[in-house]
Amino acid sequence: MIPAAFDYYAPTSVDEALALLREHDDAKVLAGGQSLMPVLRLRLAAPEVIVDLGRIEALRGIRDDGEALVIGAMTPHSVVQADPSIAEHAKLISLAAAAIGDPQVRHRGTFGGSLAHADPAADLPAVVVALDAEMVIQGPDGRRTVGAADFFEGVFTTTLSEDELLVEIRVPKYTGWGAHYEKFSRVAQQWPIVAVAAAVRLDGGTIAEARVGLSNMGSIPIRATAVEQALVGQPATAEAVRAAAARAADGTSPPTDLNGDAEYRRHLASVLTRRAVLSAAGAG
Amino acid sequence: MSRITVKVDGGGYTDDVEPRTLLVHYLREQLGKTGTVVGCDTGNCGACTVLLDGRSVKSCSMFAVQADGHEITTIEGLATDGQLHPMQQAFHENHALQCGYCTPGMIMQSIDLLADNPDPTDDEVRLGLEGNLCRCTGYQNIVRAVRAAAAAGGAR
Repeated sequence: MIPAAFDYYAPTSVDEALALLREHDDAKVLAGGQSLMPVLRLRLAAPEVIVDLGRIEALRGIRDDGEALVIGAMTPHSVVQADPSIAEHAKLISLAAAAIGDPQVRHRGTFGGSLAHADPAADLPAVVVALDAEMVIQGPDGRRTVGAADFFEGVFTTTLSEDELLVEIRVPKYTGWGAHYEKFSRVAQQWPIVAVAAAVRLDGGTIAEARVGLSNMGSIPIRATAVEQALVGQPATAEAVRAAAARAADGTSPPTDLNGDAEYRRHLASVLTRRAVLSAAGAG
Repeated sequence: MSRITVKVDGGGYTDDVEPRTLLVHYLREQLGKTGTVVGCDTGNCGACTVLLDGRSVKSCSMFAVQADGHEITTIEGLATDGQLHPMQQAFHENHALQCGYCTPGMIMQSIDLLADNPDPTDDEVRLGLEGNLCRCTGYQNIVRAVRAAAAAGGAR
C-alpha cells in the first residue's frame, strides 16, 4: 500500500530538526525507516509531518573519546557491525548488530532508530542495558544524558519527549571481555521469542564480572542481575554457568503470545543465558 | 511535490515526486523500470532489492525523496552491451528460478553479498540472502548459482 500523504522535511542539523519538532504537533521522526516504513505503508500510522534525520551528517559515525565509544544515532547497523573499535571494546554490540533483520535492513536501519523505537523484541535495547550505555538526548533546553536502564519505559515507549531526539549513545569500554548474543526464533525473519546478550570478563578460569541482558522477557529490556551476581567468582564451567543461568527469569513477567507462553519464555531465558554466557566465556 | 535528482542505471533523472512515493514506485511508475518488483507490504520479501550507492536496500522501505542525490542500480542496469552480468548468467545456467518473481531481488542481493565476501560458503550464501524470500522454495539452485558466479569472478 501507499502511505497517507504527509509534509516532508529533511533538516541538515539537529537544531533545525528540533525546531521542526517544536513547530509541528503531529510530526514523526524518520531515522532508517526499517520499522516505520511498513507501519506507514499499512497505514497503522498516518502522521501529518515526517522529519527525516537522514541528511544530518553530525548524527552519523563512531568515535572513541578515550573513556567510551560514542555511536551517532543515525549510524547504520552495517557500519556498527563492521567497526573495528566496537569489535575491540564492545564486541557484544558487533554481534547483536550483525543479528538484526537482514543485510538490506542493516544497510538502512540505524543504531539510534532501533533504540528510540523501543520494540520489546528488538536486538539492541537489551545490549545497551547490559552494557550500561548512556543515551544522550537533545531537546529545546540542550542535552541530557540518561542511563540505558532508565531510557526504556514500556512497549514502544521511551523517556524521549515529542520535542527531543536521541543523538548519540555512549558505551563504556569492555576491552578484553568475551561476548555472545543468542536469539531464538521459530522461523526465519521472526522477531526473537527471547534473546540474551551476555558479556563476561575472565580472570584466569574464573568469571570476574558478568553482564546479561534479556530481550522480549517483558515490555522493556531487562538486566538479569541475579545471574550476573551468581556468576561472579564462579569457574567458567558448564555446571557453574548452568546453575547461575537457572535464575535468568527471576523477577520477570514475560508476555504470553502465539509464539510462546510466559512459562516457555522463562525456560528459554535460562537455556539461552547458559548458552550465551558459556560462549562469551569461550567455553561454549 | 519535491524535486529529486538521481542517477539510475547510469542515466540521470530530475523529477517531481510526492514525498510519500516509495522508491520502488518511482522506479516502476515514473521511470518505467518494471524490472524491480513489489512482493509484499511489510519489507520482508526482498523482491524489490536495488543497490543504493552500491549497497543493497529494499526499495519499498525508503521514499524516493530519500534517494535524492544518490545513485541507484536496478536489475535493468546490470547487463552491458547485451551481455548478461555474471550473476544473471549464473542464475540462468543453474536454473536458479522457477516463477522468477523473486529473481531481481535475489540477483541484486547476491551481488551485494559477493562485494563483501567474494567466495562465500553455502551457509554464508544462505545467511546473505536471508532477507530474500523465494516462495517456489528454489533455494538450492539459487545457492548454487551464487557460488558459480563467485567462482566465475562474479563480484563485479
